Amino acid sequence: MTAAATTVAGDAGPERPPERDDGWEMVVGLEVHCELATSTKLFCGCPNAFGDEPNTNVCPVCLGLPGSLPVLNRQAVELAMRVGTALQSEIRPSVFARKNYFYPDMPKDYQVSQYDEPLNAGGWLDLPDGTRIGVTRAHMEEDTGKTTHRHSVGAQSPGTSGRIHGADHSLVDYNRAGVPLVEIVSEPDIRSSEQAQAYVNELRAILVATGASDARMEEGSLRIDANVSVRRVGDTGFGTRAEIKNLNSVRSLRRAVEHERARQVALLEAGGKVVQETRHWNEAEGATSSMRSKEEAFDYRYFPEPDLVPLVPDREWVSAVAADLPALPSHRRAALAAKAGVAPADVALVVDQGLDRLVEAAIDAGADPRLALARAANEVAADITAGLALDPAAFTALLRMESERKVTATQAKQVLAALMADGGDPVEIAAALGFEALADDVLESAVESAIAAHPREWERLAGGDPKLTGFFVGKVMAATGGRADGRAVTAALRARLP
Amino acid sequence: MAATAEEIAEAVRSGARTAADVVDEHLSRIAEREGELHAFNLVLGDEARAAAARVDESVAAGRDPGPLAGVPVAVKDNLCTRGIPTTCSSRILEHWVPPYDATVVARLLGAGAVIVGKTNLDEFAMGSSTENSAFGPTRNPHDPMRVPGGSSGGSAAAVAAGFAPLALGSDTGGSIRQPAALCGVVGAKPTYGMVSRYGLIAFASSLDQVGPFAANVADTALLLEVIAGHDPADSTSIPGPSPRSGDLRGAVDEGVDGLRIGVVTELADGADADVSARLDEAVGALEAAGAKVDEASVPAAVHGLSAYYLLAPAEASSNLARYDGVRYGLRVDGPDVSEMNHLTRTAGFGNEVKRRIMLGTYALSAGYYDAYYGQAQRVRTLIIRDFDAAYASHDLLLSPTAPTTAFPLGAKTADPLTMYLSDVCTIPSNLAGHPAVSVPYGTGDDGLPVGVQVMAPALGEHAMFRAAGALERNRR
Amino acid sequence: VADRISRQDVAHVAALARLRLTDDELDRFTSQLGAVLDHAADVAALDTEGVPPTAHPLPLVNVLRDDTVVAGLDRAEVLAQAPAVEDGRFRVPRILGEAP
Ligand SMILES: [Mg+2]
Ligand SMILES: [Zn+2]
Repeated sequence: MTAAATTVAGDAGPERPPERDDGWEMVVGLEVHCELATSTKLFCGCPNAFGDEPNTNVCPVCLGLPGSLPVLNRQAVELAMRVGTALQSEIRPSVFARKNYFYPDMPKDYQVSQYDEPLNAGGWLDLPDGTRIGVTRAHMEEDTGKTTHRHSVGAQSPGTSGRIHGADHSLVDYNRAGVPLVEIVSEPDIRSSEQAQAYVNELRAILVATGASDARMEEGSLRIDANVSVRRVGDTGFGTRAEIKNLNSVRSLRRAVEHERARQVALLEAGGKVVQETRHWNEAEGATSSMRSKEEAFDYRYFPEPDLVPLVPDREWVSAVAADLPALPSHRRAALAAKAGVAPADVALVVDQGLDRLVEAAIDAGADPRLALARAANEVAADITAGLALDPAAFTALLRMESERKVTATQAKQVLAALMADGGDPVEIAAALGFEALADDVLESAVESAIAAHPREWERLAGGDPKLTGFFVGKVMAATGGRADGRAVTAALRARLP
Repeated sequence: MAATAEEIAEAVRSGARTAADVVDEHLSRIAEREGELHAFNLVLGDEARAAAARVDESVAAGRDPGPLAGVPVAVKDNLCTRGIPTTCSSRILEHWVPPYDATVVARLLGAGAVIVGKTNLDEFAMGSSTENSAFGPTRNPHDPMRVPGGSSGGSAAAVAAGFAPLALGSDTGGSIRQPAALCGVVGAKPTYGMVSRYGLIAFASSLDQVGPFAANVADTALLLEVIAGHDPADSTSIPGPSPRSGDLRGAVDEGVDGLRIGVVTELADGADADVSARLDEAVGALEAAGAKVDEASVPAAVHGLSAYYLLAPAEASSNLARYDGVRYGLRVDGPDVSEMNHLTRTAGFGNEVKRRIMLGTYALSAGYYDAYYGQAQRVRTLIIRDFDAAYASHDLLLSPTAPTTAFPLGAKTADPLTMYLSDVCTIPSNLAGHPAVSVPYGTGDDGLPVGVQVMAPALGEHAMFRAAGALERNRR
Repeated sequence: VADRISRQDVAHVAALARLRLTDDELDRFTSQLGAVLDHAADVAALDTEGVPPTAHPLPLVNVLRDDTVVAGLDRAEVLAQAPAVEDGRFRVPRILGEAP
């Protein structure tokens, strides 16, 4: 409690926002730009690769050389269609347009993007807690190049890259120019920073599951802009929004959205007005600031890209892409939750780690669902590479041994570790480790001996101090070399209580 | 009479003549008159001689260099040539050297042609007189005080002066056909998508098309056969096989017996009397050759010029944004990147280019898009519909290529709109994406060449060349 | 003739297109562009209710290429054409605003 309160008071912005009751509600819509996992760029055969030497993955097309022409990458279209299908969008005929503005990272000084006729229209995404967030559109466009800002000698850090402000000059690398993006625009359905985070996490899971993207924010393959406004709780209209850019992690997103909420609420409560503008999130300062440097009018003058022809996916193509789609995280959560008899949120981690197949197989083979989920979420997920390679039959056999008390929980974890490291038969592993189930009479006599050796503690336990249960379990464990099952010891102790 | 491209190729392939000899002959002709005409931005003497030597080596080794073996070709300087400056007659690209060949250039080289130079044009192909070149105007070989037309004026003049039997141009609103008419040569704009645009520096992408110039119809068809065909690097290239070799060339001699040809009244009306008289004579010649000629109407064609001068500048304003001083071409430095962009573009572009960029920016800008750009697109639909209706009862349509013969240098430079009117007859085919060819047909009262335009529906090149051949044979 | 385009409009489009005009040029371009737009008034006034726009003369759709890497350009050749280069990148003067 105190820790949370301290964080809220901090001016760097809360890590975990409080339950606020100031009468205001935030309204958030997210625009997520995601690089598609193709081999080549959207309109040319240059490699779509991260981290190569600057300007080595370039050709006349992605450098915008005079006379060059774009040709659309089929795989990029199919990946975008997968994203749309996963987001329940309507996949429609679409037209690429040119968005015209000057910027040195854009080789043609226009961006080719789907404007009024996007490939994927509408749709939604269900968060693990069941909240449905609407999707406005998911359209295709090309990425820009990358600029590095250099500061002159004498400045704070001469010759280094850094922020655009105060830079002496900039350098441009066009390796990223023309990389295929899908821009997923949400409806303004998000009401908290936790929801914003959950939305991005869910979207990432979908992008990864569909094979559309590796969705690595740290490599910039997933980038987020947030549209934030506030309104009085109970109002149905929307306030004036600000668009926040430069959100490089989910943590930045949460902090920025909270900060922006606080800024707008403070502004409005002081009688001020929110200005519709683009704001830049500064991670170090934990604040957003206006990006308007000077009054430059933008008028993108969209018009249909005459160098490309319309994209008209027919029903056959759309169904083929849909048929190829793996089960989505929300469907997998629902399926596993139903099978295990728990809430979907309780299986989110297991599904997120891709362990749902293992758990489902175990449940199907008769394993205890809760035990299967617990072992998967903890021990198996802890070493996910080995966990994904785990033989479901062996996993099931081990779970059954544990349920039938043939091994203790502690022993089961040890056997599981051995299984994940080297494979094999859990029965044989247990035997090799000496985890033979303790005969009932051996356990009973170990309990008797422990009580006899510690009469004072036994009196206290019999007198109603439950803390002493652990004491006796520990004694019995020590006496049996850890082979006793804790639950069986507890039962034996309880049977002897007056 | 100079040898035709067909004759040259045949002589070189058979070993009767060397490509080296052919190139020398043309280079000496260039040396004689280029100073006066300025058809070229760059004459490629050494490169041409080297290419000719390679052709001769091939022949000597028993290999066939191709259908244009040893034929000199002049290439418009808005077509990319690897390692050879390609300027668009603009200061902004004055020193730019493309790292790649346009598809049509690669096809020329693959057919054994020898590129003798890069021809002058109106800057970025924007103009109808070649006076908008940053490097000075080209002059009409028939009268050096007059313009050759434009924008492919350098290519038209090069063929007319005998600098090369063949030339490549580009045609966005008449830029091949109008200079062909004014210089007395043949020039064709193919169906949109028949010839690859890859490596053609864009003016207006949905209208631009590369096409051939030659001194005669057969050579024009031959050159088109070489450059036509699907190119996977151009999304707007028509899929499927190229026109069969010999199909277009064969059409030239086929005659016009049974062809139904309509004279487009809306386009014929505004021409000068002498130009109209030649058109009437051309009609008579076609009828005499067996065609059935009557009047045809394309009512929306009267709006073609206006629609074109909204659509083409709009596309151009976007196509020319990339000349910003960052990656290639001219840079005029400034304190920040925006200032550098402004200074570079202001210094790098000529007035006509600036005018069209601003006009196109305006036509696309918020609040005006629907009234101008959107409306022009709808008019484009109307023109296509009217053409379709006319072609329901005609195989081909006929009009003057240009309303006048070649005009004096400077006559129209002060008033852009007057200059734009030179393209009134040629623009509708670009808007519709249809092929059209200008064939010389006699001279005007001033003794200067007059051209007749034969228009065809999309992919109607075969019938188009039948009529063009007949016009050439029956010229008085 | 009503002003089809004002001096201010021309100044605005020049700024959008990153062109700088002198006062004289601004006057001249305003009247020249006005004349062209006047000529286009017939088009602007046409009744085109229900007529679809033609963006392109070809009826093609779905022109696609395979997702296969094709050799690009040599960096040295690319940078040789650049007005200014630093560390294998294109060098530009400082950028005042963030990308929109
Ligand atoms: Mg976008
Ligand atoms: Zn490329």
